[in-house]
Amino acid sequence: MSDNKKKNKRELLLPGDLIEESEEFKPGRGTFKKDGKIYAAKLGVKTFRSGYVNVAAQSGRYDPKKGDKVIGTITDLDSSIWMVDINAPFISILHVNDVPWRVEYGDTASYIDVGDAVLIRITDVDELKKTQVSMDEEGLRKLNSGQIIEIAPSQVPRVIGRKGSMISMLKNYTGCRIFVGQNGRIWIDGDLEGQYIAVKAIQMIEEKAQVLGLTNAVEEFLKKETGKDLDESGR
Amino acid sequence: MSDNKDMELIDENGKRLDGREFDELRDIKIEAGILKRADGSAYIEWGKNKVMAAVYGPREMHPRHAQEPSKAVVRARYNMAAFSVPDRKRPGPDRRSVEISKIISEALEEVVFVEMFPRAVIDIFIEVLEASAGTRCAGLTVASVALADAGIPMSNMIASCAAGKIDGHVVLDLGKNEDNFGEADVPVGIVPNTDKITLLQMDGNLTKEEYEEAMELAIDACDEIYEIQRDALKVRYSTTLEDHGEPDDEIEKIQEEA
Repeated sequence: MSDNKKKNKRELLLPGDLIEESEEFKPGRGTFKKDGKIYAAKLGVKTFRSGYVNVAAQSGRYDPKKGDKVIGTITDLDSSIWMVDINAPFISILHVNDVPWRVEYGDTASYIDVGDAVLIRITDVDELKKTQVSMDEEGLRKLNSGQIIEIAPSQVPRVIGRKGSMISMLKNYTGCRIFVGQNGRIWIDGDLEGQYIAVKAIQMIEEKAQVLGLTNAVEEFLKKETGKDLDESGR
Repeated sequence: MSDNKDMELIDENGKRLDGREFDELRDIKIEAGILKRADGSAYIEWGKNKVMAAVYGPREMHPRHAQEPSKAVVRARYNMAAFSVPDRKRPGPDRRSVEISKIISEALEEVVFVEMFPRAVIDIFIEVLEASAGTRCAGLTVASVALADAGIPMSNMIASCAAGKIDGHVVLDLGKNEDNFGEADVPVGIVPNTDKITLLQMDGNLTKEEYEEAMELAIDACDEIYEIQRDALKVRYSTTLEDHGEPDDEIEKIQEEA
């Protein structure tokens, strides 16, 4: 494990940079193999996981991945499907069999309508990037209240923070329910003042992502805005 | 190339009009990530050229009939601002800018992994704010940086530079007067890792030997430019590498526990 940590050293890779010459690893996301060597295909940082070398992108659009939990909005519907915009290059499809209700043929609009927001999981991405999503799972649902804001998908780990420190701090100070979709959409629900402060704080995280001691800076901001001090009581 | 041979392009000391050696580039400065709303962007100052590039996508291709079912379309649009040249340039696409858009699109398509985004389009807007010879090379160079900044998967960036012939000498990176009154201009774009050529044009005439000399000058200069491109991206991302994150697939779990 400590060996793995060492290999995960943060170093910026640019497209075409050599990552691995050995046969020890398989090329994962954000990489490509040529003449037995593995190169970076994207600007990012390399990570080693279960036999694969990956390049974690530091910028760019959301690239849908099977298993991701994301926030989507309905753009269109048919007798048995909904089209969902998940902030990816392509529209994804939610079928009536993948929702928790029994929907009569042609009755889709009375359950979820165009413009509604949904919390969904990506169940499949095929070679042609056709994306299937599902809502038939505990915790997945239609989002009826609150607001949704968008950040760069590469900034999602920063809003979560190390071991969830940032997100739990945001929740504790603002009293809001917050969910960060891996596609960079964030759902915030709670009283209006709390929502306002949460949005401000998240914008601050995105803008100052590079500042050292970001967690402390955000905590200062939250203390000032909310007038609370959860140093001891907050987890 | 003009027929005016009266213009002295090389002085008695063997220096060029702006004091450069034959194999010397103009000053190049690149800055990455200058536009917030674009997915990726970059700005270059190359001598007196000022060029900006913005990348959007991959996104759904419109019009739909232009979609490619098995790959993404790389669509570059080269445009000169009306105020980019001494006489006002009539705005809008013209014969020249359509040509440059096409060759830049094709040069970049070579390195982008287009098969990863079927039916999509990657839009690249190249805006020439000030022009002073060599804008297509500057445009291609800065567009590559913008693509990398946009997180587009590609096998390498592309570096581009021109060589040419003035007053009977083969020289690198022609300036405005050298371009107008010289004898030949050869813009070259290469993939630095493999030295593959993805852009090559020639205006004017060169002998086989002169052509080979010009190519060698241009390719060496491209390697130099590639380092400038890399530095621009490293500066842009140097401060964002602080390790906050958890591996992708653990984010959800952590979030639910928090």
